[in-house]
Amino acid sequence: MNLTLLMYLIPSLIMFGCGVYGFITRKNMIAIMISLELMLNSVDINFVVFNRYLFPGQMDGMFFTLFAIAIAAAETALALAIVINVYRAAKNVDIEQIRKLKF
Amino acid sequence: MPLSYTIAVIAIPLFMFLFLGLAGVKMSRKLTGVLGVIAMAVTTIIAYGVALTYFFGTGQDQVGADGVRQAVTVFNPAWLSFTDTMVVRMGILLDPIAAMMLIVVCTVSFMVHLYSLGYMSDHDGNAEQGFQRYYAYLALFTFSMLGLVVATNLFQIFVFFEMVGVSSYLLIGFYYSSPAANHASKKAFIVTRLADLFFLLGIMILSYYTQTFDFSQLVFGANGANDMAVAQSAIASAGGATFLGCSVMAWALTFIFIGGAGKSAMYPLHIWLPDAMEGPTPVSALIHAATMVVAGVFLVARLFPLYVLEQGAMEIICVVGAFTAFYAAAIACVQSDIKRALAFSTISQIAFMMTSLAVSSSNSAMIEIHGGTGLGYMASMFHLFTHAMFKALLFLCAGAIIHAVHSNENDKMHGLHKFMPITSIAFLIGCLAIAGIPPFAGFWSKDEILVAAYHKGFFWGLWMSMVAGMTAFHMFRIYFLIFFWKKHEIHTHHAPKDQPWTMTLPLIILATISIVAGFVPAHDLVTWNGKALETQLDWTVAGSSVLIALIGIALAYKLYYKENDLPERMKNGALGLWTAAYHRFYMDELYQFITHKVIFQGICVPIAWFDRHIIDGFFNMLASATGSASFAIRRLQSGSIQGYVYVYLLGVLLLAAVTMLCVLI
Repeated sequence: MNLTLLMYLIPSLIMFGCGVYGFITRKNMIAIMISLELMLNSVDINFVVFNRYLFPGQMDGMFFTLFAIAIAAAETALALAIVINVYRAAKNVDIEQIRKLKF
Repeated sequence: MPLSYTIAVIAIPLFMFLFLGLAGVKMSRKLTGVLGVIAMAVTTIIAYGVALTYFFGTGQDQVGADGVRQAVTVFNPAWLSFTDTMVVRMGILLDPIAAMMLIVVCTVSFMVHLYSLGYMSDHDGNAEQGFQRYYAYLALFTFSMLGLVVATNLFQIFVFFEMVGVSSYLLIGFYYSSPAANHASKKAFIVTRLADLFFLLGIMILSYYTQTFDFSQLVFGANGANDMAVAQSAIASAGGATFLGCSVMAWALTFIFIGGAGKSAMYPLHIWLPDAMEGPTPVSALIHAATMVVAGVFLVARLFPLYVLEQGAMEIICVVGAFTAFYAAAIACVQSDIKRALAFSTISQIAFMMTSLAVSSSNSAMIEIHGGTGLGYMASMFHLFTHAMFKALLFLCAGAIIHAVHSNENDKMHGLHKFMPITSIAFLIGCLAIAGIPPFAGFWSKDEILVAAYHKGFFWGLWMSMVAGMTAFHMFRIYFLIFFWKKHEIHTHHAPKDQPWTMTLPLIILATISIVAGFVPAHDLVTWNGKALETQLDWTVAGSSVLIALIGIALAYKLYYKENDLPERMKNGALGLWTAAYHRFYMDELYQFITHKVIFQGICVPIAWFDRHIIDGFFNMLASATGSASFAIRRLQSGSIQGYVYVYLLGVLLLAAVTMLCVLI
């Protein structure tokens, strides 16, 4: 059976939807971060797939994805550090409770 | 280039200003003073070398084949270039008046540097606070003044005009804790700045039409001396353009004269000079008697050929000068503060020089009528030279007296002759010189001025002779009131005496110069076109002027030598006139009225209102509108991250929907 572009895009779309849903509904900051990663990875898949199907001879999208993964890792580390500090200060990681940054 | 060492004359004071100003606080006060004096001595020696080489050297540079003393441009590098033709240069130009001014400025400055060692110390010889600052300012002033006199173009003169103004401001306000000194320095600065505005306007008009700032293209001919033909072509470049019925060149030259009048304290811009006496007395001697205040005369002399061709501007100068001479001499007759009386006498003498320039005619038609060319010019420059010497002497004597009795008022002095014989004799020599008694310096120069004035017309000659008589009277009035009148009452804990050698030596040197300076052959050296001028003493004029001076002296002797009630009776006889003269004919009050009541109330207050309410109001409105709008929508910032994401998502979806719709349609 031939794998078409759409066959990759649909799982990616589902992943992205899950990410958005998780980001909006979850209360735990760790869970929100996982949702965030989900969205990011779905975008990475899109990159690779589009590169593979639209510009088969080139590797730009692949490399870009590698970069994105590396940056995402760094960013996650940063976010985790923030979460830990928030936990130390507020003794919990519930996003509903942490809403002091306002007017 | 011969004479290239002239640069040292400018560079040393500049270096000393920076050095004493920056490193002075690290050194002892005495040391800075001594260093300042040594540097000034070196500068003076070099300046004398330059001037003597220029006047008596035989090189082809300065004296051409036809015996005309030429101007030598030593340096002239470009500094700013506005257009291809209009380039501002900064350079050194030596011509007879510049070389003469080098001597004047350096001599007086050196004397003042030396004198200040004593004057700026208390009676035990300890230097005053701010000693380093004082010497740094003196060096700054000397640098600026020297830069002014060797300027090669109008713009350079303007720059240094401002710089002497600044150093004058700094030195008048030297005792910055005294409110009177602060007011005086501000007044001097503002009044001269107002005049400099006109100066700048004049430069702009002149350079717009002639396309140059350089004297070499405005007044100097091919042989390097002042040349009428060059000035004629400069004036012709305006193409006969007129404004309000006068040629634009006449306007430009009048504006430039106003700039000079501000510095030279011509009526009605003289009001700052008497107040400037709040500064230390050596400063008054250097800046407000001998050098800076003659900058205006120097400026007019520098552009002399242009002025000669614009007789309208010349007439204005003549009238202003003659009136100022009389006005200031009248006020000087009643002042009780010794320095103020000397200041008014200075104004009167500078007005003499201005008038002398103005009555000097050297266009060809005038030569035939008067049989002399540029006599007034020569007389004016000569008087500038001699006046600088004897007026500096008088001021330094006044400083010695003030230092001894701790007061500026006549009634604290009286009868000092016994206590301060050297000062007394030096002051007497200064008075004889300014009164014009032969063979003292003032006689020779003042006589030439009077001759030039009689050439212009009998009225002008008579007027100036009268003022000369008044000068003799008011100077000897001061002299007798200080040194005689009655026995001295000792007000302070020690009796006044002649001051230490640092203060006495300059007096002796300047007194000597005041005696012999009249024999300097100025008519050979300092003439408008570089050619030696044939003059002979006009005995009718000389005799009558000496007679008038003697009458003035005799009158002063009668009234003020011994204590009597005659002056008081005369004062009460013409009380109104006396009071008006004592209050300087209410010029300061008039200025006060015009600035406060007319300008401030009538113009500044409405403009300030417009600025505060209309201009500022518009921007305040913008700010408050933005502020209240932000306040209204601030609740959107809820702090709930998921709320933001939700709104963001909706927005993206909406955008996507709209895009889809557009694509589909």
